Amino acid sequence: MSTTQDLSGAAYWKANIRLVMIHLVVWAFVSYFCGIILRPMLAGIPVGGTDLGFWFAQQGAMFVFIAQIFIYAGQMNQLDKRFDVHED
Amino acid sequence: MDLTTLTYIVVGMTFALYIGIAIWAKAGTTGEFYAAGRGIHPVANGMATAADWMSAASFISMAGLIAFMGYDASLFLMGWTGGYVLLAMLLAPYLRKFGKFTVPEFIGDRYYSQTARIVAVICLIVASLTYVIGQMKGIGVAFSRFLQVDFETGLFTGMIIVFFYAVLGGMKGITYTQIAQYCVLIFAYTVPAIFISLNLTGTPIPQMGLFSAMEDGMPLLARLDLTMTDLGFNQYTAQKTNTLNMVLYTFSLMIGTAGLPHVIIRFFTVPRVKDARYSAGWALVFIGILYTTAPAVGAMAITNLIGTIQTGPVGSADGNLSYENRPQWFKNWEKTGLLKYEDKNGDGMIQYYNDKNKDFAATAESYGWKGNEMTKVDRDIMVLANPEIAELPNWVIALVAAGGLAAALSTAAGLLLAISSSISHDLLKGIFAKGISEKSELLAARIAMAGAIVVAGYFGLHPPGFAAQVVALAFGLAASSIFPALMMGIFNKRVNNTGAVVGMLAGLGSTLLYIFWFKGWFFIPGTAMAANTPDNHLLGIQPEAFGAIGAMINFGSAILVSKMTKAPPEHIQHLVEDIRVPRGAGTAVDH
Repeated sequence: MSTTQDLSGAAYWKANIRLVMIHLVVWAFVSYFCGIILRPMLAGIPVGGTDLGFWFAQQGAMFVFIAQIFIYAGQMNQLDKRFDVHED
Repeated sequence: MDLTTLTYIVVGMTFALYIGIAIWAKAGTTGEFYAAGRGIHPVANGMATAADWMSAASFISMAGLIAFMGYDASLFLMGWTGGYVLLAMLLAPYLRKFGKFTVPEFIGDRYYSQTARIVAVICLIVASLTYVIGQMKGIGVAFSRFLQVDFETGLFTGMIIVFFYAVLGGMKGITYTQIAQYCVLIFAYTVPAIFISLNLTGTPIPQMGLFSAMEDGMPLLARLDLTMTDLGFNQYTAQKTNTLNMVLYTFSLMIGTAGLPHVIIRFFTVPRVKDARYSAGWALVFIGILYTTAPAVGAMAITNLIGTIQTGPVGSADGNLSYENRPQWFKNWEKTGLLKYEDKNGDGMIQYYNDKNKDFAATAESYGWKGNEMTKVDRDIMVLANPEIAELPNWVIALVAAGGLAAALSTAAGLLLAISSSISHDLLKGIFAKGISEKSELLAARIAMAGAIVVAGYFGLHPPGFAAQVVALAFGLAASSIFPALMMGIFNKRVNNTGAVVGMLAGLGSTLLYIFWFKGWFFIPGTAMAANTPDNHLLGIQPEAFGAIGAMINFGSAILVSKMTKAPPEHIQHLVEDIRVPRGAGTAVDH
């Protein structure tokens, strides 16, 4: 850890918000975009009798959601420690 | 052993188990009653949240809606899972840090206003009650089939059982019983799905079966598309609703998830802030098992249903099942009044097709068909009827009945707890009768519960939609009122008391108005201002999807009003800074 790093509460919050924003982009991309809005564009990619958009909407998006929460929780644990705001 | 006896035994055994656990862990002090002593492991809490969450809407109703809506029903799948991502990132850890019992308590403290707290209680009660109405529909369906009576009798029986069930437990009982319920319901949901997937595609995993080929080498979904169009329906995998509506509907369910009080209070029960984040993840894992199975259940249920009725080539003289030879499940469901047949062309056969499709009318006429003869197929019966339609062994059918009841009862109990605690704890103890004893507080909570059941049961008789749709309305209401207030409370220090109150009222009010406009005032049949059809809807937005707009109105008006009025006092700004960091969270105990 570099000594010049800003370890204030404001910096912790900023780092958290950055993480949240990245996750929200992924979250919206797999559900709203791949599953609904971009489905016509993905129609050419066949998946088991239908297309990729259908797969995202009825299965893929949910897998991504689960992974996202665990990844975020892990990242936040590290962030909590780095900024020394973790519990016990 | 015959099916009825077996069903009684399986349902009886599971109930004995839940009640046994509830008595074993009987609620002690009020603190325990509300948040189960706050020391529950995140995995266990995730499982209990999953049981709490997966209600009659998820278990009984959703796959039935998927079966008839096809791709469009993806909005339920994404909407009811995507909210957990928001919950984990935007709300759960901060509310756990704040460390109070209920959602209105947070809103009251953060917005330093009793008015805000009362408004939050009202929002919560409106959303939760609507949710319970959906559960009552599901409970009525399950009990009517199980007891072989009509829907109304089934509903009344269910109401009585729900009352005793919820009053007996309190939350500590409920946390452990909910873990048991989760196990029963997930077993009951996946076992028939595995059997049916094996039958149709030879794949034991339904999630893969959905995208697999059938015996003749044609993919299940491609075959289903073909079958549907042959009968004048839209393709199963095609999008039927407009894209804007679908996006808003999904969004409304997602933020509603993150705003529903009975889910949020579950995150007050874990030991630490970081556990709140993981707990949301575990909840979604357990929920995901059912939610990724549901699309397979839906697609396979409709395949089997049509296969049962349309026994031969479409249009051929003996291509349809004769009413004489209808299977036992058909007769059972006819008794409940949820499945109806009318021999329109008098040929004694059953024709099921889309008689609303004008392009198909000529074809239907050439077959000698005079209209769709399955005059009523309540979507909510599909999951319960599914194993019977697929001719699975009796013990599987009994198991599904037990699972359906577990799902409906656990959620109803969780919601009733949220309603009763908000009335007794937030309104009475917090505002109107501060000196109330613990004993009277518990009594008030129980009276509130009984009242809520009666109201919900009344509306359950004339539900404003299928169970999952009514529940979707509840999500829209939570989305438009609670979620924005909570999120701004954490992420925007500038939003003040007046802004929050105006925001919640504007969000809830606009959403309620839009819903009542198309569904009838207070859901009373015949009082709708306009027919509930896409042509009448604003930009084609369904009432269930309007929660997303309501939330935007809430955010917008709260921020605008806050800007024009005084900033929150310094100590509130410190409070917000404090809940943003995990360190210093109170222990998970009574206070």
